[in-house]
Amino acid sequence: MSVPSTTPRPVAANSVWPQLEPLLPQVTKPIQYVGGELGAVVKDWDSATVRWALMYPDAYEVGLPNQGVQILYEVLNELPDVLAERTYAVWPDLEALMRAQGVPQFTVDAHRPVRDFDLFGISFATELGYTNLLTAIDLAGVPLLAADRTDADPVIVAGGHAAFNPEPIADFVDAAVLGDGEEAVLEITTIVREWKAEGCPGGRDELLLRLARTESVYVPRFYDVDYLPDGRIQRVVPNRADVPFRVHKRTTMDLDAWPYPKKPLVPLAETVHERYAVEIFRGCTRGCRFCQAGMITRPVRERSITTVGQMVQQGLEFSGFHEVGLLSLSSADHSEIGDMCSGLAEQYQGTNVSLSLPSTRVDAFNIDLAQELSRNGRRTGLTFAPEGGSERIRKVINKMVSKEDLIRTVVTAYTNGWRQVKLYFMCGLPTETDADVLEIADMAHEVIRAGRAATGSKDIRCTVSIGGFVPKPHTPFQWASMERPEVIDHRLKLLKQAINADRSLGRAIGYRYHDGEPSLIEGLLSRGDRRVGAVIRRVWEQGGRFDGWSEHFSYQRWVDAAAEVLPGFGVDLDWYTTRQRDELEVLPWDHLDSGLDKDWLWQDWQDSLGEYEQDDCRWTPCFDCGVCPTMDTEIQIGPTGRKLLPLTPVNGLKLPTGAQQ
Amino acid sequence: MRFTSHRDFARAFERALRRAGVPVAFSQGFTPHPKISYASAAPTGVASEAEYLEIGLREPVDAEQLRAALDAALSPGLDVLEVVVAAGGGLADRIEASHWRIELPQVDPDILAKAVAAFSAVEEVLVERMTKQGRRTFDARAAVIGIDVMSPSATPSGDPAVPCAILELVVRQVTPSVRPDDVLSGLRVVAGLEPPVAPKVIRLAQGPLTAQGAIGDPLDADRDGATIGGR
Repeated sequence: MSVPSTTPRPVAANSVWPQLEPLLPQVTKPIQYVGGELGAVVKDWDSATVRWALMYPDAYEVGLPNQGVQILYEVLNELPDVLAERTYAVWPDLEALMRAQGVPQFTVDAHRPVRDFDLFGISFATELGYTNLLTAIDLAGVPLLAADRTDADPVIVAGGHAAFNPEPIADFVDAAVLGDGEEAVLEITTIVREWKAEGCPGGRDELLLRLARTESVYVPRFYDVDYLPDGRIQRVVPNRADVPFRVHKRTTMDLDAWPYPKKPLVPLAETVHERYAVEIFRGCTRGCRFCQAGMITRPVRERSITTVGQMVQQGLEFSGFHEVGLLSLSSADHSEIGDMCSGLAEQYQGTNVSLSLPSTRVDAFNIDLAQELSRNGRRTGLTFAPEGGSERIRKVINKMVSKEDLIRTVVTAYTNGWRQVKLYFMCGLPTETDADVLEIADMAHEVIRAGRAATGSKDIRCTVSIGGFVPKPHTPFQWASMERPEVIDHRLKLLKQAINADRSLGRAIGYRYHDGEPSLIEGLLSRGDRRVGAVIRRVWEQGGRFDGWSEHFSYQRWVDAAAEVLPGFGVDLDWYTTRQRDELEVLPWDHLDSGLDKDWLWQDWQDSLGEYEQDDCRWTPCFDCGVCPTMDTEIQIGPTGRKLLPLTPVNGLKLPTGAQQ
Repeated sequence: MRFTSHRDFARAFERALRRAGVPVAFSQGFTPHPKISYASAAPTGVASEAEYLEIGLREPVDAEQLRAALDAALSPGLDVLEVVVAAGGGLADRIEASHWRIELPQVDPDILAKAVAAFSAVEEVLVERMTKQGRRTFDARAAVIGIDVMSPSATPSGDPAVPCAILELVVRQVTPSVRPDDVLSGLRVVAGLEPPVAPKVIRLAQGPLTAQGAIGDPLDADRDGATIGGR
């Protein structure tokens, strides 16, 4: 085997590789900056008319597996005159070297400077990536503020779930896209292509105006925000003719027509997910009231069992992965999940390919599914999310799972060979008391007791994992107040004591939790308005980077920046986080249309406080959340009644085409 | 490719085995692993033209077909040059020494030659390196069998306008291993040599050591006289 250093990959004309390469031996995990993944595409710069740099604003190991970026990368690169490359957040060690040596933010594909691209798209799964956005813009040599950019700078477009309230980053991005990206990037590409073909009339301003006129691209600069004397928003109105009052989300219908990723990126570096992931459906109408993803991705659109089967076959052949992740917001809810899992388990019998369902509801998991998931040897981890400790709080959040369901499900897993399950809960939910949280300990104790009784073994464990509740825009909890971090931390301490009150059971229970402090900051960013942008900038200037990483996150830095900046606007950190909003308050994202009717959201919030539950519209009549009629969409679910056929056994070596025997 | 760590390479290689449809044997147990053993992996940041590994198979396959299938399945820059059927005996035991080439951009070859002379003149050069067990001090001199400054006509891979000194080393496989960067540390210790930019290191060969101090082909023992595959 050989690794020829004397014949390197051809270096693109505008590549920064010659400047970057000498820096790499001085940084940790240099492989993450090298590119060259299986599935990566490098195109000739001059043959492309529209050029996109796509970013996931976290470290490569987290960003590379991101489905959204991989899908858009592939969709864009399938067009002959379009080029898309990827860039990720660089760690502070490389950032310091790049600043010292004048190396700009680069793509990993051909190591081209991000500033050379027409468009710079950034996908935000979480608001904690905002400081990394500023690092990337600044390292790219692009002005931090959208208002200061010229025609020589790329148009910066935000996407992902956090883009449903892009107001905190409104000063830094040129545009934001709400909802599914596949068709949106194609539409934006078409607009840029035409504008360039016409000779870029009107410059950057005209291009942004054309994007805004689609009514599905939000251009913050075309909207003015007025405030009331008490700090609340008075109104958000367009400041240009032809710009819509509300911007609507995009919904990709018929997932069978968009079977991406076909050629998943297979990195040389280690990443957080090492598997071929296929989305088996998009959207969720279970109606958990804290869940932004479930609210903003409606309606449910299933990918058919046969398309999933075909994607898995091609994806595994292409990638060589040995784990398949069937992704969605609640995978066991697919109308043909049983046939899908047994069909795949059958097809890959004896090949060491394992299946995993990352999001499994307690009430949808059963023995058959357990057996299919463990058929090919390795059992992947099982996580169930009751979310709330008490029956009462589960009614508040509309997570309709009974304690009996949970115990039965977990015991099913134990008797089918799992030794360890993870239970996920939230702390800090609206109306929550200490008692609600302490019931988590009872539940964990009962799980272990029942598991020991059913298996006759003491060798079973469960891990209780607690996340902090963060109220999100476009959910019934968008009006809710957050609990103070001290209260959260005290509750978590009481829970730990309660779990360990019985020493025998306590030993079998692992306990993981997040402190209340990062959640409070996430709350500031998720429900913030444009004034929060100044806090983000201050934190970044003070060295804030990688806020999603506990070892890099500094609560104090955020508190200090908020105290420095916000009083100038007559508001403070508490105003954004622990304050409950009333029905008539104009919310920063009211002009961004997720399809959900605000009156319905308010009613659901009131139902929550009354501990009244809401059914799932897949199986009960429509309850008028508003999405389908306003977005002209509909529920797309099976069953199709089709089955996965056995694969033709492929024996023997796969020789390259044209190879001599 | 030289920034690939050994773990990264091992993972990429296992995936390539799947893509190529190689009937690889798995270990028994709860989490079965493919049977692959790697001989003396090159350190991260070092390029190599000579890495060796053994694969256990469930059934016999044609060696040249295996080579072609694996080569096609691996990323560009990772090339399979030859596959032979193992005749028995561990591959790792046959690796006695490695031949390295180190390119030192912006270093004057005369200064390098003086540093090498100083290094060669002594019996022992103690150097330090961080290992998994913490900071260790060991001798970087005894394992070095050959150390030569090459003539500048041996063109380096970088920009021809930048002066560049080239060092070639033959280093015996010892414990703790003496790596090219340890020898560079040694040159710093004995002669204060500080390369201004990061050196480029390439492994040119590894294998059994002949009586003349040259490196033999570790696969000779498997080859039965006739060579399978081109080299």
